[in-house]
Parts: sequence; structure tokens; C-alpha cells
Amino acid sequence: MTTPWLTTYNGEAVAIGLVPSVSIDRFRKALLDASDQGDRLLALTGWPVAGGLRLLAAVAVDASRQIRLTSAPVQDRYSALTPELLAAHYFEREIAEQFGVHPAGHPWLKPVRQTEHGPGAGPSLFQVAGEEVHEVAVGPVHAGIIEPGHFRFQCHGERVLHLEIALGYQHRGVEQALLGGPTPRTLALAETLSGDATLGHTTAYCQVVETLAHTKPSARANLIRAVGLELERIANHVGDLGAIAGDIGFLPTAAYCGALRGTFLNLTLRLTGNRVGRGLLRPGGVAFAIDDAELLEVVAATSSALEETRQAVELLWSSPSVRARLERIGTVDEAMAETLGMVGPAARASGLYRDARRDHPTGLYRHRRPAEVIMEGGDCFARAMTRWLEIIRSVAFLQRVVHEGAKGEAWLPVGPLAANHLTVSLVEGWRGEICHLATTDAGGRFLHYKVIDPSFHNWFGLAMALRNQAISDFPVCNKSFNLSYCGHDL
Amino acid sequence: MALISSILVPASGLVLAPLLVAVINRVKARIAGRQGPPLVQPYRDLAKLLGKGAVYSTTTTWLFRAGPVVSLATALAALLIVPLGGVAAPVHFTGDLVAVAGLFGLGRFLTVVAALDTGSPFEGMGASREVTFAALVEPALFLALASIVATTRMGSLSSAYGAVDAALWSAAAPTLGLVAATLLVVYLVENSRIPVDDPTTHLELTMIHEVMVLDHSGVDLAFIEYGAALKLWLLGMLLVGLVVPVRTANPWLDGAAVIAGLAGLAMVVGLIESTMARLRMNNVPALIVGGGVLAAVAFVVGLNP
Repeated sequence: MTTPWLTTYNGEAVAIGLVPSVSIDRFRKALLDASDQGDRLLALTGWPVAGGLRLLAAVAVDASRQIRLTSAPVQDRYSALTPELLAAHYFEREIAEQFGVHPAGHPWLKPVRQTEHGPGAGPSLFQVAGEEVHEVAVGPVHAGIIEPGHFRFQCHGERVLHLEIALGYQHRGVEQALLGGPTPRTLALAETLSGDATLGHTTAYCQVVETLAHTKPSARANLIRAVGLELERIANHVGDLGAIAGDIGFLPTAAYCGALRGTFLNLTLRLTGNRVGRGLLRPGGVAFAIDDAELLEVVAATSSALEETRQAVELLWSSPSVRARLERIGTVDEAMAETLGMVGPAARASGLYRDARRDHPTGLYRHRRPAEVIMEGGDCFARAMTRWLEIIRSVAFLQRVVHEGAKGEAWLPVGPLAANHLTVSLVEGWRGEICHLATTDAGGRFLHYKVIDPSFHNWFGLAMALRNQAISDFPVCNKSFNLSYCGHDL
Repeated sequence: MALISSILVPASGLVLAPLLVAVINRVKARIAGRQGPPLVQPYRDLAKLLGKGAVYSTTTTWLFRAGPVVSLATALAALLIVPLGGVAAPVHFTGDLVAVAGLFGLGRFLTVVAALDTGSPFEGMGASREVTFAALVEPALFLALASIVATTRMGSLSSAYGAVDAALWSAAAPTLGLVAATLLVVYLVENSRIPVDDPTTHLELTMIHEVMVLDHSGVDLAFIEYGAALKLWLLGMLLVGLVVPVRTANPWLDGAAVIAGLAGLAMVVGLIESTMARLRMNNVPALIVGGGVLAAVAFVVGLNP
């Protein structure tokens, strides 16, 4: 019996015809077997290729850097994977929403993004019954300047029995808008997939186009991209540490990290003219040929800002009142993180080392990468500490790669995209693994474009972290994950 | 002379109480590396709120409107009873500490009832927390004030605080020190300061006091904010009047010493808020009970000097 899988790698394109099309039963079995072997579900989506709708699954074999693909033709329903493969939970809800295919037996089938749904569209919010149980609804309009999302708590006194997160308020139809591309607009859309992860998502998009056009950016462009990506990671992690401190009322770190985040964003501004790095990347390389002197100056500024950050952040670890608020709060253990398919710093804080820079490297990361950071415990403290260690490692990494330097043209022209091809592009953004999965039609235009923000994997982790926690600890748990709403809602 | 100084005790509170809020905010801002709002900002906020109309939810009743009025009225009434250190208050009688504690309790009761009247789950949650912690902090306040009365053998707050001089401190320093520690805990809890509550947070789920007044607006909110400032002043007088034993028989000097002490207390609160995180909600009772135990010890010692 032939294998149901096609093996590919991050940054490789495969012809659509090569992707196996197996029966739905074999598709299910292949996915469950892969999960048993420890392979990780990257994507599960409807795939509207010629000949009818198929289900397309991509799994990552992190140890061998492989990505495996399989597909199965599907009609209007199939037997859901979620009861046996929890990581498919959100994906199957999305398939039902986007393609009208019913995953029969799904335990909680309701739209992922559609917030106003008619009768019969699925169950409403989960409720716990009982005289002493009360329900607290938060959002979608919040008191702070944050994105909209609805959180429904089932509580017994101060204890949270269950948290249900309802998102979709930021749904803009970006995936739809990307179809038929690439056009000059496509790059701008990629930059706004999730504003605070602009460079992560745009790198993933550029990689898609370059792979399908068989173009390789120069070593120089890869260096500048890595500098941008790591600066984005540092700025966001610093901001998160400040926000975590703010949520527990710890003023000094909150105030200084809030300002220092600006310092790091301003370094991105200096390189690209934009604080979140818009306009830096384009398929084929980078838009600005930033010279060595400039890069060295930025890296030196990064190092001195790190010293200031160190003073602010180390107050967190040395204050007993802070430790008491972070330790053993909002725990997601390693087994749960693995079951849910969590990625990024949240997974690494739970002891699950998942990092696309190591497991599926592209660009500069093929040769150089920051030292690994892994924590145990999976509580708010571990997630905060993971961020801090990643900041230190990223600054050291920048020092090293910029001093080594790289040669080449900043930008190389990109030809037309290969027709009828598929590519998976993985980039380790600051929240975790960003996955773009693109398919072209006979004219080399995007026939299907799936964006999977790391938040898509991790939102359920937040809900699980709140089980049996005090409701007053929700804000700090939420901040310790700091997931993207618009990256999820697309 | 005595009459004028008696009138000046509540008058100084009426005028200066919002300044305490401003001092705390200024200290926090400076430590955070910011300029901070001007010291008159709380007064401007009050003026602004007084000029605004209030919005009332259709689910609320007269209870919701009574809340701010009663909580301000009780604070004003307490201002007539609490002495400014050695300067007697206009109203004083044997056992007036019960009246002060009762006024605080009444104000809190109406605030809680007004919060429950909205029917909002947030406000209900805040009310539940407030009442839970109040049940612990009220005995602590009672014991602290009773210890002072027991130690000084005086019946009213004004006479008891009048008797707290340097000589008494040297004779009964442990008792008064324990009471001062309790009053500091009570001060932080009753005024919703860090490490118990965070008056600046925008996170409804973590709030205790602030969440109960989320639905109030306009003049009602001005009453609440002014009432809160008065409470900061009142409880501050109880603490500072004890730890600043300046009793020169000159009411101006004695009063000025306490007012300076209040400014110092506001700075201490600002420092506490700048250097520590909030406690977890379920650790707050341990702090309050711990404070209450100190007063209980002081009370026993004060009865048997």
C-alpha cells in the first residue's frame, strides 16, 4: 500500500497533482496515526481544487524538518477528527464555517469567526447549570485599548469553572481578498494580517511568492529580514513584560517596559521608516539596502536598550509580591500543550520546544539561530520568563549575525508564479509559528490562501489555563499569552 | 479659639482631601519616570463631573441614586467626629468611635446596595468582594480604635487622641505601634489601594471598589470621588493623629503637624503602590486578619497596662 503522504519542506513548492488524494477514511487514519507518532497538525482546511472540494491536511515532523501533506475528496459531511484529535478542534469548526462541510460528531460545532449566527447554526455559549453558578460576560468592548473579543466565564464564586472565548469581531475577509493575487495590493494585505506581527506575516507571504516563483533572496536580504523579525520579537516581548506587570499592579516594570518597547519599535522605525516594519519586505528581498554601518548602529542601540530593560525586568524576578502573582497561575502542562497543538513561547513555557527557526528554518535561520529557550511549568511565570530569555538570546543573535555580515543584492526581481502548485511557508513570529499555505491556479494566481496565525493554535490554551483559577487572575493570564485577535479573525 | 479650631478640623478636610489623591498620583508618576498630573487635577475632575448630567440605567431604582448621596453624607458626618490629632472635632461624645465605624459601615452598605441594584455581574462581583473584605476589616478598625481608647482611658475619639502625646508613646509604645500598623492596613484596604485593590486599573475582573461604581456618572460620580477623598483624609487622620504626637496646646501648630503628616502618609502610599504588586485576591484576607490580630494584641495589652 502506498503512503498517503507527500513529503515536502518549508519553502518548497509541490505540484498539486503530486498531493495524494485518498479516501476520507484513509485520510482520517493517516492523520490519527501521524498524531500518535508525535507529528504535529499544521493545517487542516478545505481545498477547492479542480475536480471538487478536498480536505487538505499538513502535518509537521519537527525532528526531520519535514512537512507532510495529504488530501481527501469530501462531500457535504465527514466523520469529525476532533473527538480523537483535539488539535483539529478549531480547524474543523473553520471548515464547517468556510466550506459548509459538516464534521459529524464534532463536540462543539459552531462558527469560529461568525459572531451573529442564526438559529440552528450551532450551539450558543456553553453554560454551567446550578444555583450557585454565575456567569460573567466580558467584552467585546473592553475598558482598555485592546482588540475586541468576548469572554464568557462560568463561575462558582471567584473560581472559574469554564471560560469560553468567542472571537470574530475583527473578521475582514483577508483570506478572500488574497485570492487572485499576487497583485500590488497583496503585499499591503499581508502586512496587515496582524499588525504587531507585521514582519512575521510579511516574511511568510514573501516566502510563499519566492518559493512559487523559484527565486531565492540574497544572503544580504535574509540578514536584514532576520534583523527585522528579531527586533519585532524583542519589542513585543518587552511590551508584554510591561503589560504583565501592569496587570498585577506592579508599577515600575510596567512604566519602564512600556517606554522601552517604544525604544525598540523606534529602532525598527529607523531601519524601515515605520514602527512596525511596514514597507521593509517585498517578495525577492527587502526594499531598503540598509548598509553595514547602519545595521551595526542599530544593533549597538539594541544592546544598550537591553541593559535598561534588564534593570526594569529583573525587578519582576526579585519582587516576592510579583512572584506570588505569577507562579502556579494559569498553568498549561506539557501534555495539555501538546494535545492542543500549542506553538511559540506559550508552548516553550510548558516545556514543549517548538520553534520554526530550528525545526523548519529558512533564510538566515538555516545557518544561524538564537540559543534555545525552554521552560517548565507552563504558568504565567514561565511564560514571562520565556519572553525575557528570548529577548536576551535575540539580542545576542543580532550581535553575532550583524557582525558577520552578508553579501548580495537587497532585492532580486521575482518572475511569475508556478501554475498549479502548492507551498507551505512557516516563519517563527514572536507569538509562534506563522503558517501560510498557498495554492496557485493554472494562471499562477492564488486559488486558495490559508493563513494560520499562532493565536489560532493557542487561544484554546488560554481557555484551559483558566480552569479552576480565580477570575481575578484572568487579565494576567490573558496578558501572559497575549494572543492576536485580528490574526485569528482574519 | 476652641470653637474656631473645631470648625477648622472638618473645614481643612473638606478643602484639602482631594489633594491627598493628587499627592499619591504625583509620587507614583515621578517614580514611574513621568511628570504626573498637576496637584489641582482632582479638583478639576470634580468640577468637571459636577457640571455633567448623570445617566441612569432603566433597571436601577432609587437605591442606585441613594448610594452616592449617602456615602458622601456619611463621610461628611464622620468628618465632624474625627479629631485632627490633638485638635478636638466639633462633635465628640463617649463611644463616638462606634458612630464613626457605623457611618463607614452605612456608607459602604449603600454603595454595595447601589451596585447590586444595577444587576450587572461585574458590580455584583465587586459587591461580594467588598462585603467579604469589609467583614474582616471592620473588626480590625474597631479593635484599633478601642485599643486607643483603652490605652488612654478616654471615652471619645477627640479626648483619646488629645491624650496621645510623646509621654504616652514612651509609656505605651508597643501598644500604639501595633495599633498604628493595624490602622495602616485598614487604611490601604478601606481606601482600595495596592496591595489590596488597584485604583488605577481598567480591568473590571480584578477590581473591588472601582467596579461597584462603574455605572455612576456625572454628579453622582463626583459625590463618590469626593467621598472617597474624604475617606482617605478621615482614616488618614486616625492614623497620623496617632503617630504624630505633637500636642503643644496650640491648635494651629498641632493641626499643621497632622496635615503635614497626612501629606507624608500620601507619599508613603505612593511609594507602596510604586514598589509592590497587588496581592492575589484570595491572599487579601490574610493581610487584613493579620492586621486585625495586631490590634487585638494591642487591645489586650492596653486593657492591662
